[in-house]
Amino acid sequence: MDVEILARVQFAFTIAFHYIYPPLSIGIGLIMVIMEGLYLKTGNKEYEILTRFWLKIFAITFGIGVATGIIMEFEFGTNWAVYSKYVGDIFGSALAAEGLFAFGLESTFLGILIFGWNRVSPKVHFISTIGVFLGSMFSAVWIVVANSWQQTPAGYHIVGEGLKARAEVTDFWEMVLNPSSIDRIIHTWQGAFLAGAFMVLSVHAYYIRKGRYVELSKRAFKIALIVAAVVSFTQLLSGHSSADGVAENQPAKLAAMEGHYEKSAPADLYILGWVDNETQKVSGIGVPGGLSFLVHQDFEEPITGLNAFPIEDQPSQVNAVFQFYHIMISIGMFLIAITFYASFLWWRGKLFETKWLMWIFSFSVILPQIANQAGWFAAEMGRQPWIVYGHLRTSEGFSQEVSANQILFSLILFAVIYSLLLVLFLYSLNKKIKHGPYDEAKNTLEII
Amino acid sequence: METFLGIDYPTLWYLVVGLLFSGYAILEGFDYGAGAWHLFFKKDLSRRIAINAIGPIWDANQVWLIIGGGALFAGFPVMYATMLSAMYIPFMLFLMLLVLRSSAIKFRSAEEMLWWRKTWDVIYFVSNTLIAFLLGVVLGNILEGFAIGENFSYKGGIFFSFLSPYAIMVGFTTLSIFMTQGAIFLLLKTEGRLHARLTYLLKNGMIFFIVSFSITSLYTLIFIPGVTDNFKETPVFFVIPLLSFLAVANVPRLIAKKNYGFALIFSSLTMAFLLMLVAFQLYPVLLLSTINPEYSVTIYNAASSQKSLGIMLTIVVIGAPLLAGYFLFLYKTFYGKVKLDDTSY
Repeated sequence: MDVEILARVQFAFTIAFHYIYPPLSIGIGLIMVIMEGLYLKTGNKEYEILTRFWLKIFAITFGIGVATGIIMEFEFGTNWAVYSKYVGDIFGSALAAEGLFAFGLESTFLGILIFGWNRVSPKVHFISTIGVFLGSMFSAVWIVVANSWQQTPAGYHIVGEGLKARAEVTDFWEMVLNPSSIDRIIHTWQGAFLAGAFMVLSVHAYYIRKGRYVELSKRAFKIALIVAAVVSFTQLLSGHSSADGVAENQPAKLAAMEGHYEKSAPADLYILGWVDNETQKVSGIGVPGGLSFLVHQDFEEPITGLNAFPIEDQPSQVNAVFQFYHIMISIGMFLIAITFYASFLWWRGKLFETKWLMWIFSFSVILPQIANQAGWFAAEMGRQPWIVYGHLRTSEGFSQEVSANQILFSLILFAVIYSLLLVLFLYSLNKKIKHGPYDEAKNTLEII
Repeated sequence: METFLGIDYPTLWYLVVGLLFSGYAILEGFDYGAGAWHLFFKKDLSRRIAINAIGPIWDANQVWLIIGGGALFAGFPVMYATMLSAMYIPFMLFLMLLVLRSSAIKFRSAEEMLWWRKTWDVIYFVSNTLIAFLLGVVLGNILEGFAIGENFSYKGGIFFSFLSPYAIMVGFTTLSIFMTQGAIFLLLKTEGRLHARLTYLLKNGMIFFIVSFSITSLYTLIFIPGVTDNFKETPVFFVIPLLSFLAVANVPRLIAKKNYGFALIFSSLTMAFLLMLVAFQLYPVLLLSTINPEYSVTIYNAASSQKSLGIMLTIVVIGAPLLAGYFLFLYKTFYGKVKLDDTSY
């Protein structure tokens, strides 16, 4: 196999695996801040029990996030050396800021958060929880800024030629606030909140169904439901704003998302579909002119299609981009529907008696995860063939000195270790959920 | 070229990166070092205490690696890209061992089955030992130089060429320094029989350290060309090797006096001085080309733009005091002997 494909597979695999965890910890972090804040405000012990319970799950999630994240930091250099040299000047400041401001904050306070219950006052503990949560939010900011710069470069100029060419910063804030940064940061944050909120909803729906810790679970469920309902709706708005940005800055990506080939014609909005790259047709159901309407508020307005770009500048996997994009949208819509319906039932006082809904919530933990992954796959595959949009091709960015065998070796190792990690994560998650929020039997049985 | 206090930006950033990696070596040095003793403790409780000694702080210590790697990428992208792609295999092994190590810390005490704990104990011990060793091997390779051709392209071997005899020697030396550091740290965090056992282990550790340190130093002086050039030019910097030898000599003295707090400070200083020694003898080269010195990666041809370095130095000036504050608070909170409770690993 060739080096480029292997390098891409390895990066996609390691980043997709990594991306299960940080969004989950950001989302659970938010819920924990609310729970612990309520505990401090009301003095109600139940909120403390909930905070402690979710902290245990947070700790494992965060730990795997860090472990798999360090790999990402070095993988740019090992597998994407040309790209690293090209963007180092730009990414540099974002990475330095992430390390010092975000990572320093979250990792130091994490120790106090997990092991400090008996060593610091409740207020200081609460401040640590906020510190870790904010730190994880900042991490997301800087890494999304770096990725957004790849999508919509700004505040830079290109210096040098050939292998020595690279982008250099001309304006720091213009680089940070490049055209897609803000939309994508908000979209990513909200995706993370949904991942966390649905995790909490799922576990407590399970308890309610089983009749365990029912009162406690109702409290937690309500907190998470409010977060989930509000965010799933605002996520729709941020998604729309984000897509408007794509229409303006990356027209080829937008065209691929809806399988729109014609150079300049009104574009449809599909609910479901299948793109045939040969015939350049989409078979499916959708709203004719719908995309034109969303972008220009006019069903007749033309949208630039894929054929307006030279073949070498078009994303090659149009159907994949289309599918990932639509999976994300469908899940987003479904999340709005169930959280709004659940809120309605809550208002009518029937929420926790509606068993089938509790069943749906028990399993819906997986949905924001799929949506987060699918969204990123659509964003990254839609960016192809560019690694830096309009400047550097993915086929030019990988390490020239690294051989296919080396990557195969590391890819196999990653596959083995990450499978182990996933099994361990699910196992200990399951164990903690089965054990429940109360520590009845205080560890008296220390095996020595 | 812009300067600050008469020092140009690439040199300043070189100092920042050097400081970050020294911090990493010192702090993760005792974490990895403590782990490299793990199987020398026989009882399950001792092993649990040893892990919980670093429990609340290892995540924070690891930040130094993350910031150090980021600083290298940011300030010297050419160095970052060339070194990592040339040393693909050792770095991949290093990264996977890091994952295994953190899994071991998290999951080891989560179950009570003996086979479970023993398996993780072995993984923990092996990963810590190999991480320390590999870090030294990378350092050894940097000291020896790389087969770098035109345009910073790596022309050397691919799979096992990083394991040269010299690199292996530096690997063992690094392991021995970390083990000394780790044992001293554990002495500070433990009491009773485990403490007594550690005093005995540390004696052997010191012997391992002094032997490997002397051999590697001698070998470096005799066989690695050019290591003394920078000192001949500016003899005043001879004070660095002098200080590092004094620091090395002071460690056994303090251990004999059971003054472990100061022993930890001096073994940390040893590491800092040794890294300064390396940094000074390389300067301004980052990766020496063994093909032609002209092709070497230096802090000038590898550096980011003046503008970018300026921004990053500003970020460091703002961020470093914050980070120092967090660390002081964290270390103050967990000062003293390990006490296991229901939140421990």
